[in-house]
Amino acid sequence: MKVLYFAWLRERLNRSADEFDVPDTVITVGDLLAWIGQNDEAAALAFEDPRLIRAACDEELVDHSTPIAGVKTIALFPPMTGG
Amino acid sequence: MFVRLQSDPFDPGAETNAFLHQYAESGALVSFTGTVRSTPDKPVDTLTLEHYPALAQKQITRFAEQAISRFDLTDIGVIHRFGALKRGEVIVMVLAVAPHRQAAFDGANYVMDWLKTDAPFWKQETGPDGTKWVAAKAGDDAARGKWED
Repeated sequence: MKVLYFAWLRERLNRSADEFDVPDTVITVGDLLAWIGQNDEAAALAFEDPRLIRAACDEELVDHSTPIAGVKTIALFPPMTGG
Repeated sequence: MFVRLQSDPFDPGAETNAFLHQYAESGALVSFTGTVRSTPDKPVDTLTLEHYPALAQKQITRFAEQAISRFDLTDIGVIHRFGALKRGEVIVMVLAVAPHRQAAFDGANYVMDWLKTDAPFWKQETGPDGTKWVAAKAGDDAARGKWED
């Protein structure tokens, strides 16, 4: 599974993408955030306030309770500031 | 309908005139243009917009289609820039065409309210005090909320 990072999330993690083999125990977007944070202190700190992390699964905006089985690309990013 | 995401500058007057020419007999056209704001108490030299291209195109197209069907618009056009923009430069433009003014105003307003909070762009301001990411505003969520059924 490919994970993309944008804006200050990308800066704080010092990379724009990861490629993960995610274990079956990781069911939802929220689980994925916790799982990435387990092995990565910068990510754990960046994900500390879940309200500041938005997600898109295969180019659809989703919330943290959305299951990720079968998803190819998950994007993680701060609240959007378009316009 | 068109949705264009681009780094190059564009001429809002020429875009408006082209749409007016195309839809001269439609009745009403509303255009909104957003520019890089800089004020004496909050000076900005550069606004850099990062975006997620595939999702941005998809989201804005969705908002434009929703606006057309909700307000019975004749057509709608959206241009949104990304990359580094100087103060005063044009960021975004929405053109809404309808038989009557209220639908055209509402259509442009609807698309702008949604793209503030649900189009994947992120703004970073550079001014005399350095560079910082622009935080999302609760007021933008409230503005979008008025269109929810």
